[in-house]
Amino acid sequence: MAAWDWQVFCKDTITGEVAQGCFGQGGDITYLQWMISAWGWTLSVAGLALVVALIVGSLIGVLRTLPNKWLRLFGDAWTELFRNLPLLVQIFLWYHVLPGIYTPLKELPGFLLVVFALGFFTSARISEQVKAGIQSIPKGQRYAGLAMGFTLAQTYRFVLLPMAFRIVLPPLTSESMNIIKNSAVAFAVSVAELTMFAMQAQEETARGVEIYLMVTLLYFISAFSVNRIATFIEAKLRVPGLVGAK
Amino acid sequence: MKKTVIAAAVGIFAAMVGSAQAQETFKKMKETGSVTMGVRESSGALSFTLGDGKYAGFHVELCQRAIADIQKQLGLSKLDVKYQAVTSQNRIPLVQNGTVDIECGSTTNNAARQKDVAFANTTYVEEVRIAAKAKSGITSIAQLNGKKVATTTGTTSVQLLRKHERATGVNFEEVFGKDHADSFLLLETDRADAFVMDGQILAGNIAKSKSPADYRIVGEVLNVEPIAIMMRKDDPAFKAAVDASLQGLIKSGEMAKIYDKWFMQPIPPANVKVGLPASDATKAAWATPNDKPAEEYARK
Repeated sequence: MAAWDWQVFCKDTITGEVAQGCFGQGGDITYLQWMISAWGWTLSVAGLALVVALIVGSLIGVLRTLPNKWLRLFGDAWTELFRNLPLLVQIFLWYHVLPGIYTPLKELPGFLLVVFALGFFTSARISEQVKAGIQSIPKGQRYAGLAMGFTLAQTYRFVLLPMAFRIVLPPLTSESMNIIKNSAVAFAVSVAELTMFAMQAQEETARGVEIYLMVTLLYFISAFSVNRIATFIEAKLRVPGLVGAK
Repeated sequence: MKKTVIAAAVGIFAAMVGSAQAQETFKKMKETGSVTMGVRESSGALSFTLGDGKYAGFHVELCQRAIADIQKQLGLSKLDVKYQAVTSQNRIPLVQNGTVDIECGSTTNNAARQKDVAFANTTYVEEVRIAAKAKSGITSIAQLNGKKVATTTGTTSVQLLRKHERATGVNFEEVFGKDHADSFLLLETDRADAFVMDGQILAGNIAKSKSPADYRIVGEVLNVEPIAIMMRKDDPAFKAAVDASLQGLIKSGEMAKIYDKWFMQPIPPANVKVGLPASDATKAAWATPNDKPAEEYARK
């Protein structure tokens, strides 16, 4: 195996010379700065997509458990549509096909289209988990709430959802970590995130091993941090006597 | 006991992998009776797919002739040519680890790459140009200020654009396609105002597009790059054989005819012609065969 060259990260991206202190001067950037900026893009895409996914996914999951047949049908259709297509295909649909049909979408930056594609893809999976969480609560809870005089909305808000979300926090943690990893497909539609950085920097510096190792480390740190944050939330939200309590 | 077995297995595996890298191409061809040619899926007229696992192009044909010559030279009764599709990303690692013996695509010969792989004598000199829609009125890179410029991830054009932005103060927004066909699609759907890439890739994509008359290749030459066939480093016998085969084609006049066949005549799959005559730089490279890297072309 050839010798390692960790200095590659301090190289200027234009001249290829090693910069002092690893950060470029006068507008030039080093590969390290580029990598950090790409990491920022990865986290932004993943973060925004997670917000979209959680909000939409929870809503659809709740819809799928309502007594109204048409709302349930809409929720099921949404989930099946976004669950049965590969993520990359969905991203291409949002980026190339939909703007062809509905032209105002062309004005949107690729970044937003990826957030929607990734968000809706994950929302299908989250809706499935939220639905499973709600359905795992004994039916008596819903009827007891209604018998107490709560409206259906209040029953969900005060009785069902608090328990359901605590039950499905572990699968939701997995989905949040998945979104960080799935954000890598954004490179295919020109979002300057970590995977695109890795591909381009490897081409320019011919030091693929070092570059990919660092990118791997950054992905691992990102996903693991999400995991730790979720565990912290889970611990803080624990209620004695409910599912998952110590 | 289990740990020592695993450690021994890993050690043997590592040794095997290590020795595979030092293997010469001729030895591999004699032992396995096969050679793996790296090819591109959509690199203009140099190397492209016809679908169904078949590949064609200027460099693909040159490689096929070289392999036929080597088969005669080694006296092998049977030499199986396996085609392996490669991308801008993995072409060098695949040649380095021995998966691909000879890469016949659109690889620029430059000093950085010469540290990892070897190149045959340059067979095509590329000029980096701009493709834009005719109705956009773009005729030079200076007009791209503030516009969206598409290029392909993993190519030398990305760094070239970055250097140009820095040097001239022109500021444009870069959009990256994941491969050449994708980048051209960005231009086609107006997500980009221009596509910067090697001239023959531009010409090839325009020729294959739905309405070629809508596009023009415009502007000054942004960079001159020698394109060559790539092979593993430190295998002088193989390189000499490939170079000899190319030299034979040049001497007999076949090289010019093969160039004509791929660049000036209609080619599959769409039966359109690229229409790019051999540039003076290309003819000069044929006249004085060399494997000089791109940096020496820039110095001229």
